[in-house]
Amino acid sequence: MTNEELKTRLTELLPTATFEEGGEWVTVNIEPSGWIEVAGKLRNDNTLFFDYLFCVTCVDWKTHLSMVYHLSSSIHRNSIVIKVKLDSKNPEIATVSHIWRTAEFHEREVYEMFGVNFLNHPDLRLLILPDGWEGKNPMRKDFEDPINMIKL
Amino acid sequence: MTDKQKISKDFPGQVHETPGGGIVLSKLDDVINWARSNSLWPLTFATSCCGIEMMAVASAKYDFSRFGFEVARASPRQADVIIIAGTIVNKMAPVLKRLYDQMADPKYVIAMGACAISGGPFFYNTYSVVKGADHVIPVDVYVAGCPPRPEALLHALISLQEKIKMGMTREQIKTNS
Repeated sequence: MTNEELKTRLTELLPTATFEEGGEWVTVNIEPSGWIEVAGKLRNDNTLFFDYLFCVTCVDWKTHLSMVYHLSSSIHRNSIVIKVKLDSKNPEIATVSHIWRTAEFHEREVYEMFGVNFLNHPDLRLLILPDGWEGKNPMRKDFEDPINMIKL
Repeated sequence: MTDKQKISKDFPGQVHETPGGGIVLSKLDDVINWARSNSLWPLTFATSCCGIEMMAVASAKYDFSRFGFEVARASPRQADVIIIAGTIVNKMAPVLKRLYDQMADPKYVIAMGACAISGGPFFYNTYSVVKGADHVIPVDVYVAGCPPRPEALLHALISLQEKIKMGMTREQIKTNS
């Protein structure tokens, strides 16, 4: 499936989704409230069949956070990027760890680095950071290193 | 002076000629330091890209064996010098301390590259990097660079030998005072 065909199919499935131009992969913007249904469709629809979630990360834009999910299909050989805007004061989004098992660890990493709260996650705790780092979110732009902070 | 009476230029002592031979006068400490400085076995310890450069210095082209850094040992109990080649992160710091503690005296430390000296490019506003290996263990010789050239590391190794011969490494100063 070419990127254009993929866009057509995605528009059929998700009429409210908007596309971002300019990337190598088809990039879709989605509202956080509908994410869990969208994820289910992407995984189970026979023409898409995105069975591999190969990257989950987050971006701090200062005004808001943006979750980024990279998906690919091992059958159709397509890849897409899903972006979901989150409120940086109270970032919450549903977990997809029951759809793609790999998301369990990826979401734990995003939780410790950005403080995103994944609703219904089976085991939401720090992944790599040692105890006592809860809530400090070192990858946020406003994180300050207590030892050597240099302000420009 | 005949050929038999000649001693190496860097040997710490003088030859006093006597009829039928000669006597070398020296201090035992100096001789021990001289001997130790010419057989320093490094520990195979590398945490990032400086390690690749350290391996280059061990390889045939640069070859630190020529200066007595004969073989890199995989056990701290057999090593004399630890070359901190790379970034030390907070999680690595206790491991580095333990390795240093396990090395037998006398032991020496070289901090190789910007990361080991100060945290390097990770100095500002980091959550994970130790800002210099000397926050964890005492360092004798610092080599600047990112990573340092093999020649720079060789120079550092030779500087360490000079320091040992003068009795000026941290370990030696600590024992004497």
